[in-house]
Amino acid sequence: MYPSRFKYEAPKSIAEAIALLDAGKGDSKVLAGGQSLVPMLKLRFAFPDQLVDINNIPGLNYITFDADGTLRIGALTRHEDLEFSAEIAKRQPTIAAAAPLVADPIVRARGTFVGSICHADPQGDWAATMIALGGHLVVQGPKGKRTIDMKDFVLGPYATALNYNELAIEAVIPAPKGKAIGGYLKLERRVGDFATASVAVSLDMDGTKVLRAGIALAGVGGKTIDANEEASFLVGQTLTEANINKVAELVAAKSEPRTDHRGSSDYKRQIVRTFVKRILTANSAQKVA
Amino acid sequence: MSLDEIKIGGMGASRRRVEDNRFIRGKGNYVDDIVLPGMLHMEILRSPVAHARIKSIDTSKAWDMPGVRLVLTGEMMAARNLAWMPTLSYDTAAVLATDKVRFQGQEVCAVIADDPYIAKDACAAIVVDYEILPVIVNPVQAAAPDAVQIRDDKEGQVGNKVFDWEIGDKSRTDKAFDDADVVSKIELHYPRTHPSPIECCGSLADYDRATGKLTVYMTSQAPHIVRAAVALVAELPEQNIRIVSPDIGGGFGNKVPVYPGYVISILASILTEKPVKWIEDKTGNLISTGFGRDVYLKGELALRKDGKILGVRMNTVSDHGAFFADAQPSKFKIGLMHSAFACYDIPTAYMFSTGYYTNKAPGGVAYRCSFRVTEAMFFQERMVQAAADDLGMDQAEFRRINFVKDDDFPHRTPFGFLTDSGQYGKCLDIGLEAIGYKNFEAEKAEAAKRGRLLGIGISTMTEPLGAGNSREYDILGIKMFDSAELRVHMTGKAILRTGAKTQGQGHETTWAQIVAHELGIPAEDILVEEGDTDTAPFGMGTYASRSTPVAGAAVAMVARKIRAKARKIAAHLLEVSEEDIEWELGRFYVRSNKDRGVTIQECAMAAYSNMPDGMEPGLENNAYYDPPNLTWPFACYIAKVEIDPETGVWDVLQFVAVDDCGVRINPMIVEGQIMGGLTEAYAMANMQYQTYDEDGNCIGANYMDFLLPTAWETPGFELYEVVTPCPHHPIGAKGIGECATVGGPAAFVNAVMNALKEKGVRNVDMPLMPNRVYEALTTGKDVYGMPPVRNGE
Repeated sequence: MYPSRFKYEAPKSIAEAIALLDAGKGDSKVLAGGQSLVPMLKLRFAFPDQLVDINNIPGLNYITFDADGTLRIGALTRHEDLEFSAEIAKRQPTIAAAAPLVADPIVRARGTFVGSICHADPQGDWAATMIALGGHLVVQGPKGKRTIDMKDFVLGPYATALNYNELAIEAVIPAPKGKAIGGYLKLERRVGDFATASVAVSLDMDGTKVLRAGIALAGVGGKTIDANEEASFLVGQTLTEANINKVAELVAAKSEPRTDHRGSSDYKRQIVRTFVKRILTANSAQKVA
Repeated sequence: MSLDEIKIGGMGASRRRVEDNRFIRGKGNYVDDIVLPGMLHMEILRSPVAHARIKSIDTSKAWDMPGVRLVLTGEMMAARNLAWMPTLSYDTAAVLATDKVRFQGQEVCAVIADDPYIAKDACAAIVVDYEILPVIVNPVQAAAPDAVQIRDDKEGQVGNKVFDWEIGDKSRTDKAFDDADVVSKIELHYPRTHPSPIECCGSLADYDRATGKLTVYMTSQAPHIVRAAVALVAELPEQNIRIVSPDIGGGFGNKVPVYPGYVISILASILTEKPVKWIEDKTGNLISTGFGRDVYLKGELALRKDGKILGVRMNTVSDHGAFFADAQPSKFKIGLMHSAFACYDIPTAYMFSTGYYTNKAPGGVAYRCSFRVTEAMFFQERMVQAAADDLGMDQAEFRRINFVKDDDFPHRTPFGFLTDSGQYGKCLDIGLEAIGYKNFEAEKAEAAKRGRLLGIGISTMTEPLGAGNSREYDILGIKMFDSAELRVHMTGKAILRTGAKTQGQGHETTWAQIVAHELGIPAEDILVEEGDTDTAPFGMGTYASRSTPVAGAAVAMVARKIRAKARKIAAHLLEVSEEDIEWELGRFYVRSNKDRGVTIQECAMAAYSNMPDGMEPGLENNAYYDPPNLTWPFACYIAKVEIDPETGVWDVLQFVAVDDCGVRINPMIVEGQIMGGLTEAYAMANMQYQTYDEDGNCIGANYMDFLLPTAWETPGFELYEVVTPCPHHPIGAKGIGECATVGGPAAFVNAVMNALKEKGVRNVDMPLMPNRVYEALTTGKDVYGMPPVRNGE
């Protein structure tokens, strides 16, 4: 590959990375897993003056659960770390369902969870998952740390609330209020394809009663679609067929798909509707039938 | 005493591929691996738009960049009479654009620099002022009376039509339709796709002014033809041209044509007096090099009530892109499309074909098939299924009724080819048994209870492989023979060279097996070399499944010449007359005393050390083989699919392939060829096409949009074999490399259509993406990838 000329920096600390980003005045890109950035460099769609490679910063690769059940994912945690985590499989069914559907095994070995969210591709799996789970990001800049709610983070295609001199250092997913159930389904033409449509569902349950409901969509709008308001219809309810059908219709209506070579907008809505129903009906479906 | 042929790696041995030893260790030697001292790097600037007049090109900023050695424009090429080049279809194609750009990705400028980064940066610094013209992306637009003319460079060109062409007996066929009980009709589009070898195209041209020698390392499936073309077109003395095809990372027909990049790199090397390397990137390969298919069909079958096909009418409209650059050697404008219906006994047929220019990439058209045979067989099998449905007949029975019977060979096909052998009914029986055809209705009913739709689809076909015979096939007048040269060294080891060029087919393994079969020399003792025109005998290269039918035959023939000479030596060594000598694998012996014999290795030593008086020393020879006919393998492919009606997603539950390619040299390689071909067939049926938006932007310019299936999507394939030896081939072999790509797509599509039949759906164009299947399911209407095109009405 023959990208445009750029300066390469490999800081050893978060502070050093932030100083480089600050000095870069917005013409820098952060290199974590590089699974979206490197292809864009190759195609010269991205031509930053400076790459700030954060892979040498220690202490950013972790999956931890606080005592209260809050999940923290570090900036260098790879997709496959989540895919193969026994703790995730046990405690976070939505993430566990999404992880094996992210791109392909090669990308999952290298690409990072936080990097994927910061890339803000409207078809990205993790942004949808984070919104459904009600997560937030911890970001750090020259003036210190702040948190950004996931629902406020993605502004549009490839656009986020992150300032040019800030580094996302951690994703935080709040502890479930009850038993966590949920799932993730994606329709893709081939492994590694961008989603034609995908659906993330996360529910906290008290027995058969829904305490909290989150749903978000990828591939069916100019950015990740936040359907948590529609999902909240389920709060206080049980997962009857009528309730499932109702929320599936609400969520399908909330999607904003465009007709393209992956299908018509009506078709994509049908996929959303079907996937919401299937996840809720099966609770933990792992793949498109 | 006789050798065990399998043990020495002879015919029928599933011998491990010799070439894989270096490939799996990363020790292959591809064009991009070759480094020459002082080598420069070339990058091509491509048109971002599909149709535009070039108002001006400003290369001054590029020239000013440090490390830039040369910037070439169309104007500079024109000054050397190289702005345009002839195509294999007797048209012209632009090397670098002068007047207009005619498709997105067309070559506009080339930069030669010290490294590829600089070359790429310099391309970005070139300013081209385009005056945008209306864009034509399909034949309907091309044929419109007010359509902009794409080829205004050609004198005498009217509109955008490339050709009208017809074959068959029109009046007799019309009569058959008049007499028919039922006429079955179907309209289809076989979408454009791309062969997409993993290695893109590239060349490394090295012109030595002191010696006058031009050496070009390049990704060519046919290096000898390139040498001939360079000699004839560039008027360089042929002995001073050396074309080398080193290891080739897949071809599939994509590496048959001569591309602008090759030509420019040669000129650049002559001008700079340095070696110049050009390595195409994936986008360049996908948007500018030889594609496959892009043909519309209106097909009709005249049928008798009892199921007999009385006649065929086919009307095709093909989209050739900006230049008519089909790389095919026949006299027929639409390639071997008229090989359709070769496995069926049909009295009469007629085909009318029209080709159009569009603002899309030119050339190619053969993607792992003999020049449009894939379209022919797909159309045939879709027409056959529609006809069986129209008659209310079982699809397998309908085929069986119309098959050419085993004792009806040689058989003249409805369009005039001559087939020579086959056991079609037997192949079908094996396939039906393997897929459990009898139980299908019960399975379907069971699946319906789960809310799933099942379908079963059959594709049966025989195709012409192994161009050609020299009467009907040539490239620029050069006949389609092939060649082999065998040198047996004094220790009984050997080197074999042929005029073919392996790109993954495994020639280094299989050619040695043919020699082992003919001479009894262990395959591991035989080195096979191809691709260097300074050392290999002249041949026409590897494509259209022609290697085994033609070059493979030459290998057998040269080995027999060697054996004939060795026999004389054996008689000399055994002190008997030649008539008293018998041959068994690897050894001559005296008829009256089998224990008295000499091995082929002993004969080889004697050829250099103890030859009979008057005999030329050495044990070397060559053979040029002009096949008497094409070979006609047969295939029966059956797919069973399950559709999810809520999403349109379909899965292959079972796929059965029964192939009869005659005698199998290396069964493992044959199976690999079939599995690879079926994977490509599945790709085309399920996900893969090369499409364009209305502005002529190619949707499919990289592997995110042009889809190759992974191991995850690709279904399992069950393979079965039937062996009907080819009667005219020295070892009874027929071509096999392309059968599965050719016959496979219709099996998948027919299976999905079989499931949709009850909804009143007759056709969904490939690729059968879930959204198209869902649309057909929910509307009960056919789904076309492109608007149907009318032709000759």
